[in-house]
Amino acid sequence: MALETKQVAMTGNEAVANAIKQINPDVIAAYPITPQTDIVQYYSSFVADGQVDTQMVTVESEHSAMSATIGASAAGARAMTATSSQGLALMHEMLHIASGFRLPIVMPVVNRAVSAPINIHCDHSDTMAALTTGWLQIYSENAQEAYDNVIQAMRIAEDPRVRLPVMVCYDGFITSHAVENLFLLPDETVKQFVGEYNPKHTLFDFDSPVTFGPLVLPDYFSEIKAQEADAMRAAKEVILEIAEEFAKISGRKYGYYEGYHLEDAERVIVVLSSTAGTAKEVVDELRAQGEKVGLMKPRVIRPFPAEEFVKALSGAKVVAVMDRAETFSTQGGQLFTELRAAFYEAPTKPLMRNYIFGLGGRDTTTAEIRRVFEDLKKDQERGSVDRKVTHLDVRV
Amino acid sequence: MSKLVEIRWHARGGQGAKTASTLLAEAALSAGKYVQGFPEYGPERMGAPMLAFNRIGDEPIRIHSNVENPDIVMVLDPSLIGPVNVAEGLKDGGVIVVNTQDEPQAVRQKLGVSGNFKVATVDASGIAVETIGRDIPNTPMIGALLKVYEFLPFESFMERMRIDLDRKFHGRKAIVEGNLNAMRRAYQEVKQA
Repeated sequence: MALETKQVAMTGNEAVANAIKQINPDVIAAYPITPQTDIVQYYSSFVADGQVDTQMVTVESEHSAMSATIGASAAGARAMTATSSQGLALMHEMLHIASGFRLPIVMPVVNRAVSAPINIHCDHSDTMAALTTGWLQIYSENAQEAYDNVIQAMRIAEDPRVRLPVMVCYDGFITSHAVENLFLLPDETVKQFVGEYNPKHTLFDFDSPVTFGPLVLPDYFSEIKAQEADAMRAAKEVILEIAEEFAKISGRKYGYYEGYHLEDAERVIVVLSSTAGTAKEVVDELRAQGEKVGLMKPRVIRPFPAEEFVKALSGAKVVAVMDRAETFSTQGGQLFTELRAAFYEAPTKPLMRNYIFGLGGRDTTTAEIRRVFEDLKKDQERGSVDRKVTHLDVRV
Repeated sequence: MSKLVEIRWHARGGQGAKTASTLLAEAALSAGKYVQGFPEYGPERMGAPMLAFNRIGDEPIRIHSNVENPDIVMVLDPSLIGPVNVAEGLKDGGVIVVNTQDEPQAVRQKLGVSGNFKVATVDASGIAVETIGRDIPNTPMIGALLKVYEFLPFESFMERMRIDLDRKFHGRKAIVEGNLNAMRRAYQEVKQA
């Protein structure tokens, strides 16, 4: 297929709204005010202008938004919604229902802090609190990746080996509200790529009727949850297959993570989403001075590709994992603890330390990334980390 | 001027700085540039001091933090000079463009900071009232910016702006023409020292 794409300037939310427009789902349910994003605001104008066939359902809360999306999806519709921050927190109960029903719902999540104190800005505390809900989580560095990930997520979710819901995460304001260059694929290309949705079981299949959400007692509950975990495991290969197909229509390659100067790097930063872009600038700067530094930007953390992450970091001497959310375990952020645990069986382990950073939208600059690399250099010289968990940008 | 140009907008909520950064980004993209345009969202009140930013360059832009060392500072409301250090972090050889009736020398004195930078002034509010009918100084400030930093040929930039403004204002001719005239006048009337 020819690579016909056009370059546009759009915010992350506008780009994602356009991805959804090209997918043209049957149903979108959304709570139409804050903490909803302007994704559905853009989308409601596509509906009003007759550019899509979607049935738009406005509901009275985010809990209801997810409930209506689940109902539509169980009925056999391709159903989506979008949310952020408190909205994701409010729909938490229903997140488990969506995955427990094995519904392929795709939901963009604009990463923002969860109150209190009241804050509307970027951090990852909303989606980090949803890691155990049975949803896949894919993170995006910029508007282009958010757009690309939404399109790929539809195929991953609906793959018969997976049939699980997917969150596509990107940074609030930094990505959601910033205008950037990106390439949109032609409508027809996306339409062909996502294809028709033909669910195996639906409420409206009267020839082979099924029930969603019956009572399941201890005699079967474990089996059902184990099957969900199996599906999450199966998602690993599906993610790579879809990424390969997507590369053919877009020229853009995706995997479980992006490595930047990782091959011979001794000191590595691991960080999700937009901060990875800022870190690349610093890596270039330090590489020009002969420093062996690198970056690993995880893209998928549910499922958690532990083996691949360990392999990617196997040559590193010191690793800083940067988490944009607190866990209050006092043992570090979620990404740090999972990545550190993944090294338990590894024959060689790098030194590892954790930074909690950028909470509630605190700006993370190149100076801060430089400071992290300086800390890593001292750790390497000393042969140990001087502090396991650091709040990077807190005034002392 | 270096390959990547960084701009910081100082304004008050309601003056259109966010729109200015978006319009500038869109127009620069159509000229083949890599762009970023984003505001710093605060409490979002009319009249409250706010910031917006642009990056414009010849290579993909990966940095995702606020602009700290701008090449250009745009001040939409002169009453911000004093309460806000608008010159903070300004690059050596940079320029500050202020919406005011004052002369550049007077503004330089008011800024009270030394350093190697240019000051440009334009009565963007006056121009806006005369051309658009309201004190929304954002588009004339873009006109002044193009004079100070001619990163695109003015006429082709204006053609692109006409398309963007047409879309933004759903073809309402009087508003589109008003904004284009405002930009043209500010481009001609801006003073530098």
